[in-house]
Amino acid sequence: MAQTLSLLSRRFGITGRRLVIAVPWVWLLLFFLVPFLIVLKISFAHTRLGVPPYTPLWDWTPEHALHLSLSAANYLFLARESLYLEAFLSSIRVAFISTLFCLLVAYPMAYGIARSSPRWRNTLLLLVVLPFWTSFLVRVYAWIGLLRNNGLINNVLMGLGVIHEPLVMMQTDFAMYIGIVYSYLPFMILPLYSNLEKHDHTLLEAAVNLGATPFKAFLQITLPLSLPGIIAGSMLVFIPAVGEFVIPRLLGGNNTLMIGRVLWDEFFNNRNWPEASAVAMTLLLVLVLPIMIFQRYQARDAGGGLRGNHG
Amino acid sequence: MGNRRPKLLPVLLVMGFAFLYVPILSVIVYSFNNSRLVTVWGGFSTRWYGVLLSDHRMLEAAWLSLRIAAVSATMAAVLGTLAGLVLARFGQFRGRTILSGMVSAPLVMPEVITGLSLLLLFVAFAPLPFVPDERGFSTIVIAHVTLTMAYVAVIVQSRLSSLDESLEEAAMDLGAPPARVFLLITLPIVAPAIASGWLLAFTLSLDDLVITTFTAGPSTTTLPMMIFSKVRLGVTPEINALATLMITLVAILVVTSGVLIARKEKSRERDLYLAQGAE
Repeated sequence: MAQTLSLLSRRFGITGRRLVIAVPWVWLLLFFLVPFLIVLKISFAHTRLGVPPYTPLWDWTPEHALHLSLSAANYLFLARESLYLEAFLSSIRVAFISTLFCLLVAYPMAYGIARSSPRWRNTLLLLVVLPFWTSFLVRVYAWIGLLRNNGLINNVLMGLGVIHEPLVMMQTDFAMYIGIVYSYLPFMILPLYSNLEKHDHTLLEAAVNLGATPFKAFLQITLPLSLPGIIAGSMLVFIPAVGEFVIPRLLGGNNTLMIGRVLWDEFFNNRNWPEASAVAMTLLLVLVLPIMIFQRYQARDAGGGLRGNHG
Repeated sequence: MGNRRPKLLPVLLVMGFAFLYVPILSVIVYSFNNSRLVTVWGGFSTRWYGVLLSDHRMLEAAWLSLRIAAVSATMAAVLGTLAGLVLARFGQFRGRTILSGMVSAPLVMPEVITGLSLLLLFVAFAPLPFVPDERGFSTIVIAHVTLTMAYVAVIVQSRLSSLDESLEEAAMDLGAPPARVFLLITLPIVAPAIASGWLLAFTLSLDDLVITTFTAGPSTTTLPMMIFSKVRLGVTPEINALATLMITLVAILVVTSGVLIARKEKSRERDLYLAQGAE
């Protein structure tokens, strides 16, 4: 058996090395890259009633001639209907603001953990990662219980006499922002931490000894040095947040336009697969640049952000 | 000024951790609430756990999700380890850039895109042989493996690149074939990374809603799909109980594996230290 195998492999030039490369390569090609080509193809088809609910792009006519029908109608519709443009713009705005708030909350936390005594560091990191391991859906759901009109926050505030009638927080943009910042916070903290942890503190001490205030030393040394961590963390939050579906659906209002929701409704409610494909392709196009930036920083730091998982 | 920051930082840290943990704790506390009104405290009770455990559709969905998670995490651990090994140890080869791109892109790709594209793939290839006609268990597993193997690959790769290759090189120099070097040296070193990768893949699979909804057939309902449809109709005490069980399960798994990995790591480091001392 082993001999046959080795004979076979020599004959076809398949070495163990090539085989090891080929297995994950082919899997990802087949189930990650090729699907995008199919989405691209279907985005140029027409919708129809039937299984599958789109027209074929090419067909053989009864005269055995190749009949090709490409349609840009789905993309033209995207450009014409202001709903889509608004949804795209609003998604980018929501993702951008959420990323900013994530950064504001995460930076002091990452900095605090990096400056804490080594004895505590792993425990604190574990505490950051733990919510990320627990169900995302459950964590979003938890906020419903807190933010509802008769939820915990309103009950506490009314009990203390701060307010007399409940604040409406559920199904607002506020709730959605809270949900996104909350869910993506670990993704921001981890890359920031893995960057800040490597900083050489003697630099800061030197600056302070030379007369800089600690704040100025922070602005001129720590902040610029942590830029790669800031960019990596921001991309890890921004890119998936643009296409977020669950959080806007559960916490946001009915008039919160997010492109992930538009795509979902187009697919599941309108059953318009070609239009949903066109939305997906356009979304991908919007995200190509951020994804490339992310990959550059990812390659540089080989996933340092996730290293905390087994820290 | 000099000692202002050291005082401010712990306060911000505590506030940050409160933000992370108050919602989770509130779910746990309210799962023991006797009252049907979710926000009124009606005394301690475990009745919602009873309700949950007699909900057959929920249990069925949970069992399906657990099976999907176990199978897909195991496959993702194998494929992700190979991908991480190739990226960290194989140097340059044709197609390396594409592989590293395909490994890191799923980490950030919005799930609606991944889900839609996988579904369209399954539909387009359904007429071919060896492709399941019915969407369900197998298509969900394929989708989850594709998503979660990227996480395993990143963890394994970062683990391998933080360790130097001298042990592997020494074994190679002594004439061990590559497969043996991998089994005897590389695998034990990355075993903790693979274990935490498996665990992460398991929890991500157990939790996924969007990709699963796209790739599940009409007759398949996983646990997150069940939770989502219940939560859309409002907060129910039963979901609090379920959430508490899930949080407890994951916390136990993560903390135990964390402790085990740390202990193993220590003994490995000690062995390494002793081995170097003996030279």
